[in-house]
Amino acid sequence: MFATQVYGDNGKMKEYHYTGPVEHRFSPYSFNGGTVLAVAGEDFAIVASDTRLSEGYSIHSRDSPKCYKLTDTTVIGCSGSHGDCLTLTKIIDARLKMYKHSNNKCMTSGAIAAMLSTILYGRRFFPYYVYNIIGGLDEEGKGAVYSFDPVGPYQRDTYKAGGSASAMLQPLLDNQIGFKNMEGVQHLPLSQEKAVQLVKDVFISAAERDVYTGDALRICIVTKDGIKEETVPLRKD
Amino acid sequence: MALASVLQSESVDFSNYGRQRHGFASGLYEAELGLESVGGDRLSFALSTSCSNEDGPDRKIEFLHGTTTLAFKFQHGVIVAVDSRATAGSYIASQTVKKVIEINPYLLGTMAGGAADCSFWERLLARQCRVYELRNKERISVAAASKLLANMVYQYKGMGLSMGTMVCGWDKTGPGLYYVDSEGNRVCGDLFAVGSGSMYAYGIVDSGLKQKDLTVEEACDLGRRAIYQATYRDAYSGGQVNLYHVHSEGWTRVSQSDVLMLHQQYQAEKA
Repeated sequence: MFATQVYGDNGKMKEYHYTGPVEHRFSPYSFNGGTVLAVAGEDFAIVASDTRLSEGYSIHSRDSPKCYKLTDTTVIGCSGSHGDCLTLTKIIDARLKMYKHSNNKCMTSGAIAAMLSTILYGRRFFPYYVYNIIGGLDEEGKGAVYSFDPVGPYQRDTYKAGGSASAMLQPLLDNQIGFKNMEGVQHLPLSQEKAVQLVKDVFISAAERDVYTGDALRICIVTKDGIKEETVPLRKD
Repeated sequence: MALASVLQSESVDFSNYGRQRHGFASGLYEAELGLESVGGDRLSFALSTSCSNEDGPDRKIEFLHGTTTLAFKFQHGVIVAVDSRATAGSYIASQTVKKVIEINPYLLGTMAGGAADCSFWERLLARQCRVYELRNKERISVAAASKLLANMVYQYKGMGLSMGTMVCGWDKTGPGLYYVDSEGNRVCGDLFAVGSGSMYAYGIVDSGLKQKDLTVEEACDLGRRAIYQATYRDAYSGGQVNLYHVHSEGWTRVSQSDVLMLHQQYQAEKA
C-alpha cells in the first residue's frame, strides 16, 4: 500500500522509507563507541584509550577518556555503554576501598581481575555492556594485562585491544608484538619507548578507519614509579 | 518504577526487577555492589534473557562461544583434550583460552558453550568440592561433583545459560567421566565430545578406540589427532590443543601443541 516496492537489479525487492507501522522498544543499552588497548612489558604496562564519546551519528564529547586509575599499580579501560562504564568503575572503587579497610592492603591486579569477573557475572541476565581491559603490574613487578567479556570470563594476556576498533587493532598487535605469521624473525622483548610508539601508531590507524575512534588518545603508563599520563591528538573528523 | 509501567516492554520487565530488589532491605546494599552470589539460595532473576541480545539499533552484545572438547576413558585412566579458540560472533576473541579448569588435583572440568557460564560455575564447583572435603574428611567422588554442578545449573534452566561440560577424575571407584550441561543432562559414559567441532572429533576417536588396549602414548596421540581434525574442519575451533591425562595419582598436563605445528607434523608423516 504505502510502500513502493521496486525490483532491484538482483531480482530482490527494494523498500523505500515508510513500510508500515513499526514497533519501537525501549532499550536500556546505548552504544557509545571508543577503543581501548593494553600492552604488558617486562616491567611496565600501558593502557591507552581514545577520548571520543559518540552515540549514533553524533559526538557527545571529545574529551571523555576511557582509562580509569584504580590503584597505584592498576589501570582499567572500559568501552561500550558509557552509563554502565561509570557505574562499574564506581562499584570497583567502592569494593577496593572495602578490601583496603578489611585487609589493610591494596588489591593486586590479579585480585582485581578475579573480583571484576564475579561482579560482571552477578549481572549475567542483564549484563553490563562494557568491554574491560585491566593493565597493571603483578606482585612480581611484571606487566600484566587481563581482558574481559561483558559477562565476566577473563584471561591474562600480553596485549589486547577492545572496543569498536578492536578487530582492526588486534591483528596488527598480533603481528608486531606477538610476531605471528612472521618467519625467521628474532623475537625481541618490547621496550617501553617502542611500545608507546606502537600504541600511538596503532591508534592513528584506527582513527582513520573507525568512525567511533578519534579526537585524542590518552595513554597511561604503569611502572613501579607510578602512573604517567600522556595525551596525543588524533583526527577530529 | 513509573517509567517501566508506562513502557510495557515485553523482554525487559523492569517493574518486577524493581519490586524484587526493594523486598530485601539488608540485601540491597550487597546487591548494588555486585556482592550478590548467583547461588540457589538467592532470589531468582525475573528478566527474560532475550534482553541480553537486545541493544541499540546496530549493536548486539556478543558473548564468547564455540569450541571442541573431548574426553574418553581407557585402560590407564581418562584423556582430556581441548582446543583453545574463543569467538564472539565471527570475531576470534582469543586463541589462547584455557578450556580445562583444574577443579582440584584429581578433578578436571572442561569448558564448552558460553565462556562466562562455564568458568563461573566450575569455579563455584571447585569451592563446593573443597567444602565437601573439609566437612567429610575425604575426597569428593566424580559422581557427586558432577551432581553438584548439575543441580546448581538446573535452577537456571530455561534462562539462557549455555554450558556443556565434562567432569573427569579418578576416585575410589576408578576413572570417572560425566557429561553435564545447562539443559539439565547429566550422563556417565566412556567417551564424550562437546562443542561445535564435536562431530569431527567423534569420527577420529571412534575409529581409533576400536583396539581395546591403548597405551598412554597412543591414547594421547588419538586425543590430539581428534582435536586437530576438528580444528581443521570447524571454523569455530582452533588455536592450540591442550592435552591432560587423569590417572590414579591425579591429573597431569601432557602437552600443549599449536595446531599449525601439528598440521606440518602430520603432513610430513603422510609423505
